[in-house]
Amino acid sequence: MTDQRRRGFLKGMLGVGVAGFALGAGMVPLRVEAAAAPDASDWPQKAFNTPGVDETIAELYGMEASESDQITMDLPTIAQNGAVVPVTVETTLPNVTSIALLVAKNPNALAAYFDISEGALPFVSNRLKMAETTDVVSVVISDGKAYKATQNVKVTVGGCGG
Amino acid sequence: MASSIRVRAVQNGDVTSLKALVRHPMDSGFVKDSEGNVIPAHFIKVLSISHKGKDVVVANWGPAVSKDPFLECRFKGAKKGDELTISWIDNKGESDTTTATIA
Repeated sequence: MTDQRRRGFLKGMLGVGVAGFALGAGMVPLRVEAAAAPDASDWPQKAFNTPGVDETIAELYGMEASESDQITMDLPTIAQNGAVVPVTVETTLPNVTSIALLVAKNPNALAAYFDISEGALPFVSNRLKMAETTDVVSVVISDGKAYKATQNVKVTVGGCGG
Repeated sequence: MASSIRVRAVQNGDVTSLKALVRHPMDSGFVKDSEGNVIPAHFIKVLSISHKGKDVVVANWGPAVSKDPFLECRFKGAKKGDELTISWIDNKGESDTTTATIA
Protein backbone atom coordinates (compact mmCIF):
# COMPACT_ATOMS: atom_id res chain seq x y z
CA MET A 1 0.00 0.00 0.00
CA THR A 2 2.70 2.42 1.05
CA ASP A 3 4.65 1.42 -1.98
CA GLN A 4 1.67 2.06 -4.18
CA ARG A 5 1.18 5.47 -2.64
CA ARG A 6 4.79 6.29 -3.26
CA ARG A 7 4.52 5.27 -6.84
CA GLY A 8 1.45 7.39 -7.23
CA PHE A 9 3.30 10.27 -5.65
CA LEU A 10 6.27 9.92 -7.94
CA LYS A 11 4.04 9.77 -10.99
CA GLY A 12 2.23 12.77 -9.62
CA MET A 13 5.50 14.63 -9.53
CA LEU A 14 5.91 14.02 -13.23
CA GLY A 15 2.68 15.90 -13.71
CA VAL A 16 4.01 18.78 -11.66
CA GLY A 17 3.93 21.07 -14.67
CA VAL A 18 0.20 20.64 -14.97
CA ALA A 19 -0.34 20.90 -11.22
CA GLY A 20 1.81 23.98 -11.10
CA PHE A 21 -0.28 25.55 -13.77
CA ALA A 22 -3.44 24.78 -11.86
CA LEU A 23 -2.10 26.35 -8.69
CA GLY A 24 -0.63 29.28 -10.57
CA ALA A 25 -3.98 29.96 -12.14
CA GLY A 26 -5.36 30.45 -8.66
CA MET A 27 -7.47 27.33 -8.70
CA VAL A 28 -8.44 25.82 -5.37
CA PRO A 29 -6.09 23.15 -4.11
CA LEU A 30 -6.75 19.55 -5.02
CA ARG A 31 -8.67 17.27 -2.68
CA VAL A 32 -10.92 20.06 -1.51
CA GLU A 33 -14.59 20.04 -2.41
CA ALA A 34 -13.86 22.39 -5.23
CA ALA A 35 -16.38 24.10 -7.42
CA ALA A 36 -15.19 21.84 -10.20
CA ALA A 37 -16.45 18.72 -8.43
CA PRO A 38 -19.10 16.97 -10.47
CA ASP A 39 -22.67 17.12 -9.34
CA ALA A 40 -23.81 13.82 -7.86
CA SER A 41 -27.35 14.95 -7.14
CA ASP A 42 -28.62 13.45 -10.38
CA TRP A 43 -27.09 10.09 -9.54
CA PRO A 44 -29.96 7.61 -9.93
CA GLN A 45 -30.07 6.08 -6.47
CA LYS A 46 -33.07 3.97 -7.32
CA ALA A 47 -31.67 2.49 -10.51
CA PHE A 48 -28.49 1.53 -8.71
CA ASN A 49 -30.55 -0.22 -6.01
CA THR A 50 -32.68 -2.33 -8.33
CA PRO A 51 -32.02 -6.04 -8.73
CA GLY A 52 -32.72 -7.68 -12.08
CA VAL A 53 -31.67 -6.56 -15.54
CA ASP A 54 -35.04 -5.71 -17.10
CA GLU A 55 -36.25 -3.92 -13.97
CA THR A 56 -33.09 -1.84 -13.90
CA ILE A 57 -33.34 -0.87 -17.56
CA ALA A 58 -36.95 0.15 -16.99
CA GLU A 59 -35.98 2.18 -13.92
CA LEU A 60 -33.01 3.86 -15.56
CA TYR A 61 -34.35 4.58 -19.02
CA GLY A 62 -38.09 4.03 -18.66
CA MET A 63 -38.25 1.63 -21.60
CA GLU A 64 -37.50 -1.88 -22.70
CA ALA A 65 -34.37 -2.70 -24.63
CA SER A 66 -34.40 -4.83 -27.77
CA GLU A 67 -31.55 -7.14 -28.74
CA SER A 68 -29.04 -5.71 -31.19
CA ASP A 69 -26.12 -7.29 -33.01
CA GLN A 70 -24.55 -3.88 -33.57
CA ILE A 71 -23.19 -3.77 -30.05
CA THR A 72 -19.76 -5.28 -29.62
CA MET A 73 -18.81 -6.43 -26.14
CA ASP A 74 -15.26 -7.34 -25.34
CA LEU A 75 -14.83 -9.21 -22.09
CA PRO A 76 -13.26 -12.48 -20.99
CA THR A 77 -15.41 -15.60 -21.22
CA ILE A 78 -13.64 -16.93 -18.15
CA ALA A 79 -12.59 -14.49 -15.45
CA GLN A 80 -10.12 -15.82 -12.94
CA ASN A 81 -10.80 -12.94 -10.60
CA GLY A 82 -14.36 -11.66 -10.38
CA ALA A 83 -13.19 -8.52 -8.59
CA VAL A 84 -11.62 -7.13 -11.74
CA VAL A 85 -13.31 -8.02 -15.02
CA PRO A 86 -12.48 -5.69 -17.88
CA VAL A 87 -15.53 -4.90 -19.98
CA THR A 88 -15.40 -2.94 -23.23
CA VAL A 89 -18.47 -1.90 -25.17
CA GLU A 90 -18.51 -0.45 -28.64
CA THR A 91 -21.36 0.04 -31.05
CA THR A 92 -22.02 1.09 -34.61
CA LEU A 93 -25.47 2.37 -33.69
CA PRO A 94 -25.91 6.09 -34.50
CA ASN A 95 -26.52 9.02 -32.14
CA VAL A 96 -25.63 7.25 -28.94
CA THR A 97 -26.40 9.25 -25.82
CA SER A 98 -25.90 6.67 -23.11
CA ILE A 99 -24.26 3.31 -22.46
CA ALA A 100 -25.01 1.20 -19.40
CA LEU A 101 -23.31 -1.89 -18.05
CA LEU A 102 -25.31 -4.37 -16.00
CA VAL A 103 -24.24 -7.52 -14.21
CA ALA A 104 -27.23 -9.84 -14.01
CA LYS A 105 -26.40 -11.72 -10.84
CA ASN A 106 -24.96 -8.93 -8.74
CA PRO A 107 -27.13 -7.85 -5.79
CA ASN A 108 -27.90 -4.71 -7.76
CA ALA A 109 -27.66 -5.20 -11.48
CA LEU A 110 -26.52 -1.74 -12.58
CA ALA A 111 -22.74 -1.38 -12.42
CA ALA A 112 -22.18 1.79 -14.38
CA TYR A 113 -23.67 3.98 -17.02
CA PHE A 114 -22.12 6.66 -19.15
CA ASP A 115 -23.51 9.85 -20.58
CA ILE A 116 -22.05 10.11 -24.05
CA SER A 117 -21.95 13.62 -25.46
CA GLU A 118 -22.29 14.47 -29.12
CA GLY A 119 -18.57 14.52 -29.80
CA ALA A 120 -17.77 11.31 -27.97
CA LEU A 121 -17.53 7.99 -29.73
CA PRO A 122 -19.78 5.18 -28.48
CA PHE A 123 -16.94 3.33 -26.82
CA VAL A 124 -16.29 2.72 -23.14
CA SER A 125 -14.00 0.42 -21.26
CA ASN A 126 -14.38 -0.20 -17.57
CA ARG A 127 -13.55 -2.82 -14.95
CA LEU A 128 -16.38 -4.43 -13.01
CA LYS A 129 -16.85 -6.71 -10.04
CA MET A 130 -19.05 -9.76 -10.31
CA ALA A 131 -19.91 -12.23 -7.60
CA GLU A 132 -20.36 -15.38 -9.66
CA THR A 133 -20.72 -16.69 -13.18
CA THR A 134 -23.19 -14.30 -14.75
CA ASP A 135 -24.49 -12.56 -17.82
CA VAL A 136 -23.14 -9.10 -18.45
CA VAL A 137 -25.60 -6.90 -20.31
CA SER A 138 -24.75 -3.68 -22.08
CA VAL A 139 -27.50 -1.26 -22.95
CA VAL A 140 -27.05 1.43 -25.58
CA ILE A 141 -29.43 4.32 -26.13
CA SER A 142 -29.38 5.19 -29.81
CA ASP A 143 -31.78 7.71 -31.38
CA GLY A 144 -33.81 7.57 -28.19
CA LYS A 145 -34.30 3.81 -28.35
CA ALA A 146 -32.74 1.19 -26.11
CA TYR A 147 -30.72 -1.71 -27.43
CA LYS A 148 -28.91 -4.41 -25.52
CA ALA A 149 -26.36 -7.17 -25.92
CA THR A 150 -25.53 -9.95 -23.51
CA GLN A 151 -22.44 -12.01 -22.87
CA ASN A 152 -21.78 -14.62 -20.23
CA VAL A 153 -18.71 -14.57 -18.00
CA LYS A 154 -17.58 -17.60 -16.03
CA VAL A 155 -16.15 -16.42 -12.74
CA THR A 156 -13.84 -18.84 -10.99
CA VAL A 157 -13.18 -16.65 -7.94
CA GLY A 158 -15.95 -14.30 -6.80
CA GLY A 159 -15.57 -10.57 -6.61
CA CYS A 160 -17.12 -10.14 -3.18
CA GLY A 161 -14.14 -11.30 -1.15
CA GLY A 162 -12.55 -7.90 -1.70
CA MET B 1 -0.49 16.23 -2.63
CA ALA B 2 -0.44 13.78 -5.43
CA SER B 3 -3.67 13.48 -7.30
CA SER B 4 -5.74 10.34 -7.01
CA ILE B 5 -6.28 10.44 -10.77
CA ARG B 6 -3.83 9.33 -13.39
CA VAL B 7 -4.75 10.28 -16.91
CA ARG B 8 -3.33 9.69 -20.30
CA ALA B 9 -4.92 11.32 -23.30
CA VAL B 10 -3.54 10.70 -26.76
CA GLN B 11 -4.61 12.28 -30.02
CA ASN B 12 -4.90 9.83 -32.89
CA GLY B 13 -6.06 11.55 -36.07
CA ASP B 14 -9.25 13.38 -35.10
CA VAL B 15 -10.01 11.01 -32.23
CA THR B 16 -8.79 11.59 -28.70
CA SER B 17 -8.32 8.45 -26.67
CA LEU B 18 -8.36 8.88 -22.92
CA LYS B 19 -7.43 6.43 -20.20
CA ALA B 20 -8.00 7.31 -16.59
CA LEU B 21 -7.09 5.38 -13.48
CA VAL B 22 -8.39 6.58 -10.13
CA ARG B 23 -7.07 5.42 -6.78
CA HIS B 24 -10.17 4.66 -4.73
CA PRO B 25 -11.27 1.73 -2.51
CA MET B 26 -14.70 1.36 -4.19
CA ASP B 27 -16.09 -0.53 -1.19
CA SER B 28 -19.42 -2.05 -2.11
CA GLY B 29 -20.93 -2.29 1.36
CA PHE B 30 -21.28 -6.07 0.96
CA VAL B 31 -17.78 -7.03 2.07
CA LYS B 32 -16.85 -7.84 5.66
CA ASP B 33 -13.45 -7.27 7.23
CA SER B 34 -11.48 -9.93 9.14
CA GLU B 35 -13.55 -9.32 12.30
CA GLY B 36 -16.80 -9.77 10.43
CA ASN B 37 -17.77 -6.12 10.46
CA VAL B 38 -19.29 -4.83 7.27
CA ILE B 39 -17.06 -2.34 5.51
CA PRO B 40 -19.39 0.56 4.73
CA ALA B 41 -19.97 1.43 1.11
CA HIS B 42 -17.50 3.95 -0.22
CA PHE B 43 -17.46 4.39 -3.96
CA ILE B 44 -17.20 7.01 -6.67
CA LYS B 45 -20.60 8.08 -7.91
CA VAL B 46 -19.76 10.39 -10.76
CA LEU B 47 -16.62 10.89 -12.79
CA SER B 48 -16.69 13.53 -15.47
CA ILE B 49 -14.34 14.28 -18.30
CA SER B 50 -14.67 17.74 -19.70
CA HIS B 51 -13.04 19.61 -22.54
CA LYS B 52 -13.31 23.41 -22.72
CA GLY B 53 -15.93 23.46 -19.99
CA LYS B 54 -18.17 20.93 -21.70
CA ASP B 55 -18.68 17.41 -20.36
CA VAL B 56 -17.56 14.89 -22.96
CA VAL B 57 -18.22 11.69 -21.08
CA VAL B 58 -19.80 11.40 -17.66
CA ALA B 59 -19.46 8.06 -15.91
CA ASN B 60 -22.06 7.23 -13.28
CA TRP B 61 -20.63 4.45 -11.20
CA GLY B 62 -22.12 2.10 -8.67
CA PRO B 63 -20.34 -0.03 -6.09
CA ALA B 64 -19.93 -2.84 -8.65
CA VAL B 65 -17.09 -0.98 -10.35
CA SER B 66 -13.73 -2.48 -9.41
CA LYS B 67 -11.35 -1.02 -6.87
CA ASP B 68 -9.02 1.59 -8.33
CA PRO B 69 -11.40 2.11 -11.25
CA PHE B 70 -10.20 2.37 -14.80
CA LEU B 71 -12.02 4.09 -17.61
CA GLU B 72 -11.23 4.35 -21.26
CA CYS B 73 -13.21 6.45 -23.68
CA ARG B 74 -12.79 8.16 -27.04
CA PHE B 75 -14.08 11.40 -28.44
CA LYS B 76 -13.73 13.83 -31.29
CA GLY B 77 -13.46 17.60 -31.37
CA ALA B 78 -10.30 18.10 -29.34
CA LYS B 79 -6.77 18.58 -30.58
CA LYS B 80 -3.27 17.96 -29.37
CA GLY B 81 -2.27 20.29 -26.54
CA ASP B 82 -5.86 20.87 -25.40
CA GLU B 83 -6.51 20.57 -21.74
CA LEU B 84 -8.98 18.11 -20.24
CA THR B 85 -10.42 18.25 -16.76
CA ILE B 86 -11.19 15.01 -15.00
CA SER B 87 -12.99 15.06 -11.68
CA TRP B 88 -14.89 12.68 -9.44
CA ILE B 89 -17.11 12.77 -6.39
CA ASP B 90 -17.91 9.80 -4.16
CA ASN B 91 -20.79 8.85 -1.88
CA LYS B 92 -19.10 10.49 1.11
CA GLY B 93 -18.82 13.78 -0.70
CA GLU B 94 -15.07 13.51 -1.21
CA SER B 95 -13.83 14.65 -4.56
CA ASP B 96 -10.75 15.24 -6.63
CA THR B 97 -9.95 17.05 -9.84
CA THR B 98 -7.03 16.95 -12.18
CA THR B 99 -6.14 18.30 -15.57
CA ALA B 100 -4.38 16.58 -18.42
CA THR B 101 -2.98 17.79 -21.68
CA ILE B 102 -3.68 15.79 -24.80
CA ALA B 103 -0.44 14.37 -26.17
